Amino acid sequence: MAVKHERPISIAMLALGGQGGGVLTGWLVETAEANGYIAQSTYVAGVAQRTGATVYCVELFPRETAEAAGQLPVFTPYPIPGDVDLVIAGEMAETGRAIEKGFVTPNITTLIASSHRVYAMPEKEALGDGIMDLSRVADVAARASRNFVCFDMQKAADDTGSIISSVLLGAIAASGALPFEREAFETTIRQMGRAVESNLRGFDAGFNGPGAADEAVTETPKASIEGPNGKALAARITSELPDVVHDIALHGALRTLDFQDVKYANEYVDKLVAFVGVDNADNDYSLTNEVARQLALQMSYEDTIRVADLKTRTDRFGRIRNQVAAAPNQPVRVVEYFHPRIEEFCDTLPSFIGATILRSAFLRKIFAPFFRKGRNISTTSISGFLFLHMMAKMKRFRRVTYRYKQQHAFVNDWLDRVTAAVCDDYDYAMSIARCIEMVRGYGDTYERGLTRYHATVGAGAATKNAEAVRQLHRAALADEKGKVFRETLAVLEGNG
Amino acid sequence: MAERSFRKEVEKLRIGAGEEFAGEGILAITKALLQSGVAYVGGYQGSPISHLMDVLSDAQDILGELGIHFETSANEATAAAMAAASVNYPLRGAVTFKSTVGTNVASDALANLASGGVTGGVVVIVGEDYGEGSSIMQERTHAFAMKSQMWLLDPRPNIPGIVKTVEQAFELSEASNTPVFLQMRIRSCHVHGSFVAKDNVRPSPSMRDAMENPVRDLSRIVLPPASFLHEHEKVEKRWPAAVDYIQSHGMNETFEGRRKDIGFIVQGGLYNTLIRTLERLGLSDSYGDSDIPIYVLNVAYPLVDDEIVTFCSGKNAVLLVEEGQPNFIEQAIGSLLRNAGVGAVLSGKGVFPMAGEYTAQVQRAGIVKFLSNHQAVFRPPTDPMEQVAEFVSEIDGFVPPRPPGLCTGCPERPVFASLKMLQEELGEFHVSADIGCHLFSILPPFNIGNTTMGYGLGAAGASAFNTESDKPAISIMGDGGFWHNGLTSGIGNAVFNKSDALTIVVDNNYSAATGGQDLLSSKGDHGGRSTQHPIETAVRGVGVKWTKTVKTYDIGEMRKALKEAVTKKGTGPKVLVAQSECMLNRQRREKPLFAKAVSDGKRVIKERFGVDEETCTGDHACIRLSGCPSLTVKPNPDPLKRQPVSYVDNSCVGCGNCGEVAHEAVLCPSFYKAEVIFNPGGFDRFVWDLRQKFISWLQKRADQRRLRAA
Repeated sequence: MAVKHERPISIAMLALGGQGGGVLTGWLVETAEANGYIAQSTYVAGVAQRTGATVYCVELFPRETAEAAGQLPVFTPYPIPGDVDLVIAGEMAETGRAIEKGFVTPNITTLIASSHRVYAMPEKEALGDGIMDLSRVADVAARASRNFVCFDMQKAADDTGSIISSVLLGAIAASGALPFEREAFETTIRQMGRAVESNLRGFDAGFNGPGAADEAVTETPKASIEGPNGKALAARITSELPDVVHDIALHGALRTLDFQDVKYANEYVDKLVAFVGVDNADNDYSLTNEVARQLALQMSYEDTIRVADLKTRTDRFGRIRNQVAAAPNQPVRVVEYFHPRIEEFCDTLPSFIGATILRSAFLRKIFAPFFRKGRNISTTSISGFLFLHMMAKMKRFRRVTYRYKQQHAFVNDWLDRVTAAVCDDYDYAMSIARCIEMVRGYGDTYERGLTRYHATVGAGAATKNAEAVRQLHRAALADEKGKVFRETLAVLEGNG
Repeated sequence: MAERSFRKEVEKLRIGAGEEFAGEGILAITKALLQSGVAYVGGYQGSPISHLMDVLSDAQDILGELGIHFETSANEATAAAMAAASVNYPLRGAVTFKSTVGTNVASDALANLASGGVTGGVVVIVGEDYGEGSSIMQERTHAFAMKSQMWLLDPRPNIPGIVKTVEQAFELSEASNTPVFLQMRIRSCHVHGSFVAKDNVRPSPSMRDAMENPVRDLSRIVLPPASFLHEHEKVEKRWPAAVDYIQSHGMNETFEGRRKDIGFIVQGGLYNTLIRTLERLGLSDSYGDSDIPIYVLNVAYPLVDDEIVTFCSGKNAVLLVEEGQPNFIEQAIGSLLRNAGVGAVLSGKGVFPMAGEYTAQVQRAGIVKFLSNHQAVFRPPTDPMEQVAEFVSEIDGFVPPRPPGLCTGCPERPVFASLKMLQEELGEFHVSADIGCHLFSILPPFNIGNTTMGYGLGAAGASAFNTESDKPAISIMGDGGFWHNGLTSGIGNAVFNKSDALTIVVDNNYSAATGGQDLLSSKGDHGGRSTQHPIETAVRGVGVKWTKTVKTYDIGEMRKALKEAVTKKGTGPKVLVAQSECMLNRQRREKPLFAKAVSDGKRVIKERFGVDEETCTGDHACIRLSGCPSLTVKPNPDPLKRQPVSYVDNSCVGCGNCGEVAHEAVLCPSFYKAEVIFNPGGFDRFVWDLRQKFISWLQKRADQRRLRAA
């Protein structure tokens, strides 16, 4: 067989909708054609925008070689496993998909991938944490490819005010996977004549690769102590609680301090100090750690006072201006979307009034029209801000509110259950401590969580089985309608 | 206005003989049509030939200069019926649509056309939506070619080859008085390459000449006794004429190899993948110089018996690479070889899978099996998939699937959010879905829709449920499907049969799913077409009494209308027109205008939504009622909370769905809308300063108080 081998350079690109895969393909073809190569590109038109991801295929062949042979090479319309020189993936899950499709081969493939994530629907719609850990993909990608270039190219694009395609092109140029110099790519960007400056900036960022900032590991923020009360709480925590709990406990203490006052924060620490007695060092106080976390969250529940408080803070305004990229002193109107139900309204009424209204069908009916519709309140208008500001000031009356009483009875009951459970089984106690996590938020979310929590701890009390509780905890977050939860509960009760 | 503009590229269509034409497959086809002297072109958009329609639409000036009539047909049947112009007159015409779905719709006209036969060449360019990237049922156009005896061309997927095939297709059609299918596979439509151009040719006679000198020939009309004669004519005259043309013009190609004992027969469209697969197996070079002889069927139907007998004679075994099923070609060649007494063993579906796309990997496996059967010693190089199997298994289950969904800010989102809330209130309904972007409702997060029976057939798909019930069936239809046929097949049908059911017509001003082409009900002015014919008027015209047009983003109003429609009885069919412009199109139109207004110093407001991470519960109920790409999640910045928070990224277009949903579904108080004012006027500044002063004074006091307590 006469093998005149010079095989085409084969490129596969996995791009998401809106990432500009077509633009990048155009640049590659243009650069190749301007530099003595015959190029073919194929793609499926218009599907990336709506269907998530599409595969672009580009093949290049030296014109001179083809002319010498007097023949044109045969290009493939779709990347062939084991035969791809350069794989470009604009996102981490797509990097995994490129590997799954067999496009990435050791010793052959240069893999250029952006490490950022664009979460897929199943990850986003979960009732809790549905985000998949893709660190394994990066690890495999490094071994599966000849050369693996990976950093957050979306961030590089955002930082340079360009698009990810230009950053990817820069990274391609720097990788040396294609027989073209940096200048050749830059010339193409200039000749295409669209957003030249920003594309060149993005290209440069991609060419230079990951900066120092990209490699910094993000750590859990340390609690920042501002005033004397915080210092006193910190001192208490240091002296009265074991080392391993300090971090979370301090976060918790400062949150409860912020939520109410120093007395409230001290109550939080008191509860922890009381609890730590039943925990033990053998388990690294992991139960106390969990209790410190969940207790702080439950004690800083979101009532209308808290929401009003958080919505009117100075730093929040800064955060919003930052997110919408407002110029200094550029007017930004902010409109809040509230839809309190009668329950939320009663939460902040004095306990007996709230309870009376909620118990009375007649009173509920009287008040119902006020809660039928959502309210838009502008926190950048004087009246809107003032309204929420006054609401936030209701904090001083919080201890007499209906919700406060309810919440504390609820939290104490949970804490008692955990304390009692330690005697049965440490792991079981841990599962009970943790499952209160499903009670959070407002409205339906809150009520759904509460109902499932009660069913979970009820089933737990019957079996004292940590695995059963954990199973119910997972099931509670499996679907909104509770089908999985009911089934799981039925199975467990059947077995019990 | 279509999603992609080819205004710049179409200028290339003017180039003349000898110049190099470089571009995408769809542009090359258009140029080939002009070089062939077509008199009229029509079609209906749909992947993968949507952009061919867009190219033609953008090239209307050039077409006009040459005296070519171009029409965006109402549907594929209309497009196919257009070819009637070539029955009596030597006018060349081309029509295009998606296949097999478009061919299904067109087949009445195509069958009539094929029966009487044509005088002028007719080429039906079908975008074969099969395999990776396809959005329809997996079937073969081949069956249509066989049943109506139209010829089916499946050229090798390279630009010069495709252009030559278009030109030959017209000649073949004329030589055999038969309309010809030109099959374009998904990726061939957008293959980039180049060819040497020829001059454009003005149609002769012109459309006008033909129209003003009518010709009538009773023998061409499908009515007895002519219809009986047509059948005989097809097999006795037209078929042999076609075979003669194909053979004498060498439309099919034979590539000699060194091996004498075996050979490959392949559909033209699969040739490139075959060569590259052989190259990976060490059996060919990059130019297609293969060890094994290859016979390429650039004409998939009819087969040229002589060529096949010649190719197979003297060989021990022949492998047929035929994608799709049933294996029509294999059956035909099998019987041919047996009748001709050729002893070569024919392998096809025996070594290849019966169904599914023949990718390089699939072809490789089949070829290896074939060679192992017919060659004493054959040691293929390691299978690339085996080489990476270990890596693939390591990440198995760690790559989240990415189901398709509606675009950012899509006006159809609030329709389905409303429907989901309605179902939460009243229980589940039977929902008959249609074809279009709105079909994404069947996937998470909406999970709405039970069946889909074809374009515009949403309402027809629910017509059996015409029974008194507290839970009437709900049908969905897009504006594209509505004008395609839904007005008669669905709405008219419901009126006539006294149905009480609800049809929601999603009116987004365009045939959005196919790339944003204009329709009768489009709101914009379109120079060459008549638009702005409201759907509600059409519906009333066929006798619907209960009809409402609701802005989709008004979820409160939408829920009310939906509830009324499913609970009210005895009013006859109900049609709810859910109206709001396709966001993709709107953004494409408005973004440049907005940027210009900002730089011109005009006062403009940009809206977008956000989520307060501090109050977000991490329950993501908002996402389950949205699925918007810009509404996503991010790790919780709060060290105590484990659930990721909802987060609106920078792609938000401020459509308002999030806020409406938060109100209507009583979600958390985390959503806010930010209105950024560009180039504020004096009054804006005054109000802003006043508010700022007051608010920051209060904030400072609150900050100080908080600091004292800290």
